[in-house]
Formats: sequence, structure tokens, C-alpha cells
Amino acid sequence: MADKRTLDHRATGPLGHYSGYELVIGLEVHAQLKTRTKIFCSCPVGYGGEPNTNVCPVCLGLPGVLPVLNDEVVRLAIRTGLALGCSIAPRSRFARKHYFYPDLPKGYQITQYLEPLAFDGWLDIPGKRVRVRRCHIEEDAGKLIHAGASSMVDFNRCGVPLIEIVTEPDLRTAEEAEVYVNNLRRILQYLDVSDADMEKGHFRAELNISVRPRGSNEFFTQTEVKNLNSVRALKGAIEYEAKRQIELHGRGESVKKQTLLWDDRTGETAPMRSKETAEDYRYFPEPDLPPLVIRPEEVEQIRASLPELPAQRKERYIAKLGLSEYDASVITADPAYADYYEKILKAGADPKPAANWLTTEVAGALNEQGIGITEFRVKPEAIAELIRLVRDGKVTGKVAKDVFAEMVASGGNPSAIVEAKGLGLVQDDGLLSRTIDEVISAEPDMVARYRSGKTQVLGALVGAVMKKSRGKFPPQKVSELLAKKLSE
Amino acid sequence: MSELCDRTVHELIAGLRQGEFESPDIVNSVAARIAAREPTVNAYITRLTDQALEQAGKLARPDSSSSALHGIPLAIKDNICTKGVLTSCSSNILHNFVSPYDAHAVSCIKAAQGIVIGKTNLDEFAMGASTEFSHFGAAHNPLDLSRVSGGSSGGSAASVAYGGAIAALGSDTGGSVRQPAAFCGVVGLKPTYGRISRYGLVSFASSLDQIGVITRDVVDAALLLEVVAGRDERDSTSVNVPAGDFVPQDNDIQQIRIGLPRECFVEGLDPGVRSSVQEMLTAIAPHCACVSDISLPRLPHSIPTYYLICMAEASSNLARYDSVRYGLRAPDCATLEEQYERSRGLGFNDEVKRRILLGTFGLSKGSIEEYYGTGQKVRTLICQDFEQAFKSVDVIVTPTTPTTAFRVGEKLDDPLAMYLGDIYTVAPSLAGLPAISIPCRARVNGLPVGLQIIGRAFDEKTVLKVAYAFEQVAKWPSGQGV
Repeated sequence: MADKRTLDHRATGPLGHYSGYELVIGLEVHAQLKTRTKIFCSCPVGYGGEPNTNVCPVCLGLPGVLPVLNDEVVRLAIRTGLALGCSIAPRSRFARKHYFYPDLPKGYQITQYLEPLAFDGWLDIPGKRVRVRRCHIEEDAGKLIHAGASSMVDFNRCGVPLIEIVTEPDLRTAEEAEVYVNNLRRILQYLDVSDADMEKGHFRAELNISVRPRGSNEFFTQTEVKNLNSVRALKGAIEYEAKRQIELHGRGESVKKQTLLWDDRTGETAPMRSKETAEDYRYFPEPDLPPLVIRPEEVEQIRASLPELPAQRKERYIAKLGLSEYDASVITADPAYADYYEKILKAGADPKPAANWLTTEVAGALNEQGIGITEFRVKPEAIAELIRLVRDGKVTGKVAKDVFAEMVASGGNPSAIVEAKGLGLVQDDGLLSRTIDEVISAEPDMVARYRSGKTQVLGALVGAVMKKSRGKFPPQKVSELLAKKLSE
Repeated sequence: MSELCDRTVHELIAGLRQGEFESPDIVNSVAARIAAREPTVNAYITRLTDQALEQAGKLARPDSSSSALHGIPLAIKDNICTKGVLTSCSSNILHNFVSPYDAHAVSCIKAAQGIVIGKTNLDEFAMGASTEFSHFGAAHNPLDLSRVSGGSSGGSAASVAYGGAIAALGSDTGGSVRQPAAFCGVVGLKPTYGRISRYGLVSFASSLDQIGVITRDVVDAALLLEVVAGRDERDSTSVNVPAGDFVPQDNDIQQIRIGLPRECFVEGLDPGVRSSVQEMLTAIAPHCACVSDISLPRLPHSIPTYYLICMAEASSNLARYDSVRYGLRAPDCATLEEQYERSRGLGFNDEVKRRILLGTFGLSKGSIEEYYGTGQKVRTLICQDFEQAFKSVDVIVTPTTPTTAFRVGEKLDDPLAMYLGDIYTVAPSLAGLPAISIPCRARVNGLPVGLQIIGRAFDEKTVLKVAYAFEQVAKWPSGQGV
């Protein structure tokens, strides 16, 4: 760290997006682990609920109570660590982080400071491997509710289990930070360790950011930005801080190492009131909890139970199912979406048409209705059946789209819709033969051209037959029989 | 026969079973004694004699299958939570705190049909060695009212000594059960760290705190330990070691090797105390395998080590008293900071503040390595000293305190002198070892002298057996040979 240094702005011209500077960004993400009970007591973890209803002597920090670690929290944290390629510490410790605030009942937060549960991992984003420095578990604090001149505290969130995931300063742009955050959320959802819902506060990001001249390997003074409750806020804060810090450097002033709060309303960062930032947390090992010892067998057991992660799934879709990079990305972006896709395949559909249907028609319908795949009334088995109808020549691709629209509207079964609406292809060979004969007599010019070797007119003749049948003859059969009759 | 309130638990249980008297008789006897002695001793913060009498009235006559403490009145130190009853820790900051739950040890006593007769006085948050640092006034020594009862479990020791309770629970962080037991002439046992759940014991120094028992004799200490010992899911530091049968069956200690740390019998030890302990050792020597000199080379460092660690932990543990959820809140505060400062300023006494300040300093950036870190390192060395010693001996014997009970007010303005009185008791606390204080036969100027027996971790059985043998020796009339 070169804390009190300033950059010589004359050395760097106004080149590119950041005028010759590059950003150095690290993220600290807090995600709520999906457990039934809190981290150190047996109170239920609930969202919403009347204030101070999910509380007990332990999470209220009454005199004489002691924390007892929830095993499920440890299991979920190990799952997360492994999925991020981390090493799992055979022995880690909890520490107390001290500061006074009314939402912190004990006057300290129990966290893992020097010895985290998981460390040295990574998460890939396009074109870059972002190093994950550490993942550790800790307890959440309560919430202040301000009402006029007085303030009240709701302790329901107190003791809700969190995992903190800290990157190395490997990110360089707001876009990279966005992709990292989205990928991380997806992984947590895939692992089923967190809902990672930013709106509900299940997933909160903190930003560490500094700037330096492009090409430099040095680290300059960074600022920390809190209160980022959306990806938009994160990107906004990065852009704002980048501009602010670059301007400071440009004026020859130094960036102050401080903690800032992002304000969604103004789109600016502002220093936290100094009393909200403790100078010294006085970390020391939590004497009420023995060291957390994880046996290697336990780690291996959890590793074996890990689900396929988005990146692995995408690879498999490309390599084994022959999907395009684009289709594979779109489908694996959401685990529920990919699960839906695999159910279509399981019901007998081929991978490519299934992917086409999912990324076009299904995606369109979801978009139109503004719902997620789990709320979609059309079942994957019905999509598979529709694909089968097309494959077997029962309906044309065009008709299938109408059938799909009807499925979306009524929730009906595709075969039944085809039957009821008379959308099925006409399999009457006599009628087909007669219709072809009619077209041959009605189009002598084209027939003559065909017979003179201009076989490309066949398409137009097929079209004429189809038009007469309102699209209900199987196109393949029309084409074959027409060619046969023309050759006679 | 003595009055009921002066008898031991095992005598009373036997009497109840034989129908000599009933539980209300015991409670009445104890209540009468409390009424007579409390105005001068001040052992209790809260008396529960009416409720106790009511409970005793509901108990059937015990038989051989009744619970271990059937109808026996016991006192609980006021830093151990009792449901629906004030649990003040002798502090203004908790002057109105009624616990919504029972500590594990209290639940055990209630399950064994023991009766809680009251909550006893202590040094605020168990920080002190005289029970003078109490929001509710000092607890005096019932054997000599001009002297202190010891501390911090002074109220528990005094009540057992004067017949205000048959037995009591105390807490021991650096000697707080053993030292007042020694000053008041009763038995005080601090078991191995982890033997009794700390759930509901208000934390002072988490890595050292342990609930202990104060009784009239060694058998009672064993009986009470059996009731409260054992693994509790709510305390992650409580240990799952089979409790076993602690009550000594005989005083056969022929196989026992006793070690005397030469670092304990040096300058600073009161000559009267020394000769009193020496007499006990001379008397016991022919009955055990050997009494030999050993060395605990790091023992002289145990006082600074202990205070570095306990103050650091105390500064953290007492952070929760912020006036937000319970306890004292200073009125008319304009800001949150003012509310914190004034509430804590009014709520804690000087000794507690001293420890919070020193402990906070000891954990601060730039100091933690030098103070708390060094404390932890030396603590490890002290543990190693004991491990080494226990290779050649089975128990270690020392005086419990370097002096007998000092005068009320004598050390109030000299915290360092007060701290130095812990020299013999803090080392086993740092090592987490079981240790008991029993009265020596000979008093000094009428004041009791405590003899401390330290054992291996979780070997309370041997400690109690040796204590029992010493107790037999102490019963011999003065001057009689071995």
C-alpha cells in the first residue's frame, strides 16, 4: 500500500474510458445461508415477521448465555467454499469483533477473523479468473427502525447466519464486478446454500476500490463503499468512486482511506459518520466456542454431494448435447431454467429442438407474462410432446407455434389441442393425390419448366399444394408424391 | 445434636429419611439463622425464605429413592441466573435484571429437589477478592465481622459458614470459590474447566470461569458436584466426561503421591498460615505414598498472566451492558453516545471499570500481541509446568491464600495487594485444573486457614479423596500425634 501517495497525472494522458487510469476492485459479499435456525441458537430464521418475535435469551445477548454453533451453517459454508475451489481449513476459529451499536446485543459480533473456514479459491468470469481470498461464517446483527425522534431495534435478524466471500483486488471494471456478482449469486443458488435475493437483503456487497495508472502494479489508497443493495448500485458506486478518485489524483490530492456509504437517491458516495466506524475492533479468539475442527472425510463427503455448477453444466451442454455457446449460456443462467430444460430432454425430446423452444418460444412467453420458469403453467413434458408431434410429422413447425400459444393460454395438452382444433396434418392419401393432380393441371407452365430440368420450381409447386390444404398435408409427403407424379 | 441449619447435606438427608425431622424444619432453622445474622453479615442480596418454606411444605417425606438434594436449602451466587428472580451480579447496571431462565446448574439443583433459599452477595461481576465491591454493601466474615468474607463468592461462603444455607454455588475465575471458603472456614471446590456447564453463569472471563460448590465438608462437595456436573448442549466448552461417583468411600490414600511446589512456600506467605498447612502435611505424610518437593517454575508469573487474560475477556464480556435491552439506563440522554457513557458510568463500580479499561487496552491494536498474546503464551507454559509435575505426583498441595481474612477496608485502596492474594489460586485456574480448599486444623488468631489440593484435569475423584483424608486429619484434637 502506498497510502499517502498521489499520482502524477501528467504522466498519464486522457486516454480511454478512465483517462489512462485503471480501477482496482475487490468485493466482499455477505450472503445469508439458507438454514432453518440461527447460527448460535435455535430461533427460526424468517423473513419479515413482527419485530422481536424470532428471538431468545441467546440472540438477545442476555447475561449468562453462550453460543452453540449450528452444524448446518458449517455444512453450507463448506459447500460454498468447495464450489469456489477453496481449501477447507481443518481447524478454524471464531473471533469477537467489538463495537457498540444498539443492533449488536453482545457488543461484539462473532465472526471468523484470522482463521477462516475456507480460503484460496476462485471464480471464473469471461476472460478472467477472479481469486477468492477467503470465505468465512459470521452472525448478522439486528435492524434499527427510526420513528420520529426515537429509534427502536428489531432483533429478528440477529444471529442469522452469513457467509462472507472476499475476493482479491482482481476486478478492473464495473462490468466485471457485475458479472462476478451475478455468477456468484447463480452459484449460491445452484448450491442451494442461499436464496441470494438482493431485495430481501440475502446478498449484500461491499466494494473496495482504488485507481492507478494503467500498467502500474502498485496499489494505491482504497476506499470502502457500503450500502450497495443492487447490482445497479454497485456499478453506480464504482463509476462514481472511479471518477472521484481520478479527479483527486488529477488535482494532486490524495485519496483518503475511509468508509463511504452509497446513496441510491443521489447516486453519490459520502463518508460514513465517523462514530459509525470503529477504529479498532479488538479482535480476539471467541473463548465460548472451541476451535472448529473439520475432518477430511467430512469435506470429501460434502464434495461428493456438490451439484453440477453453472460453468460445468454449460460445458456439458456444449460438449455432450451439441448446443451453441449462446443457448448453453442462456439455459444455464438460472438453475431452474436448466432443470426445466433437462426435464424436457428426460421426457424424450432431442437436445437441439428443446433448446430452441426454450430460448425462443418459452422465453418469449415468460417475458410477456413477467414470470419465472417455476411459475410457468406449461410443463416440460408438454413441450417434449409438442416437439415429438413436429418430429413425427403430425404438425408443421408453424402450426406447432399456434399449439404452443394455446398451451400457454389454456394450459392444455398439445395432442388434445391439435385434435380439438383440427390442427393435425391430413393423412388422407386419396385427397392428397387428387389435390396434387389439380395443381399439376392448374400450373402447366411450372410443370413444363420442372420437366425441362428446372427442378427448383418444385418448392413453388409444393407451396401451391400446401396452400390448397391450408398447411395440413405433411410437407415431406407432398414433396415426395409431387416429384413422383411429375416424373411420370 | 447441633441445630439443623448447622448440619451437612448428608446428615440432613439421612435425618429426613429416618423421619427425625421434615424439610420445612430445616428451612425454618435456616431462615431463623438468616434473620439473626444477616443484619451484620450481609451474605444475601435476595432472600427467598418464604418461597423456600412453601416449596419445602410440598415435598413428601424422602425415601431411599428420592433425589439427592431433597428439601435441602441451598444458596446461589447472584451471578448465576435464576428464573423469575433478581440476578444482579451485585451491579447497579443489573440492579433490576430478573432472569427469564435458570442456569444449567440451577436447573440441576431444582431437578434434584434442592431448594433455593436466596441469592448471595459477591464482588460486582465476580471481580474482587473480598466482597467489598458490591452494589449492595460488603459481606462480612461471620467468624469475625471486622474482617472480609473473601471473594468474590463471599456471600456464598459466609452463608454456609454461619448456617444461612446448607451448601451453596459459587463461581471461581481465579480463586473466587476457594479463597472465601478458606477465609470462612468451609470447603470450596472448583472443578475442572468444562466439568459444569457455564450456561447461565454471567460471564466474567470465559476461558477461566467455572461454577464451584461451597459446603461444610468434603462429602457434601462431592454430593453437590454429582448433581451439577455433566455435559450440557448449551455450553460448547462443557465436556462430555462421565461424572462418576465422586463421594469418597474411604480415606485410603496409600497410593497417592503429594507434591509441594517450592515456589509456594516462599516469602509473602504468612508464618501462621505456613505452619498451619505444614502441620496438616506432617500429619498426612505417613498415610500417603510420599510427600515430595516439586517445582512449578512459571508459577510466579501466574498473577500477571491471569490478570492480562481475565481483564481482556472481561472487557469483551461486559460490552453487552449497553442499557439498550435491560438493566440500568441513565435518564434524559440526548444522544446514543451519552446514553452509553452515562449508563455504563453509573452502572459499573471502579474496580469493574479498571478491569474494562485495562482489558480494552490489552486487546487494542498495537497492544494485543504484547499483552493478551503474551498472557496466552505464558498460560501455555504454566499448563506445561503442571503436566510435568503430574508425571511424578498425583496431587499438588499449597496454601489456598498467603494470609487469613484481612480487615474490611484494609486493601480497598490497594488493588495490587488484593491481586497478589490470588497467588496460589490463579495457577490452577489458568490450567483449568480441579482444586479444592479445605480448612486446616489449626486456626491463626482464631481465623481459618485453607489448604488447597490441585489435581489432574477431570480427576476430581482423587482430589476429593485426598481432601477427605486431610479432613479426617484435621478433626484430630490439637497436639495429638499421628
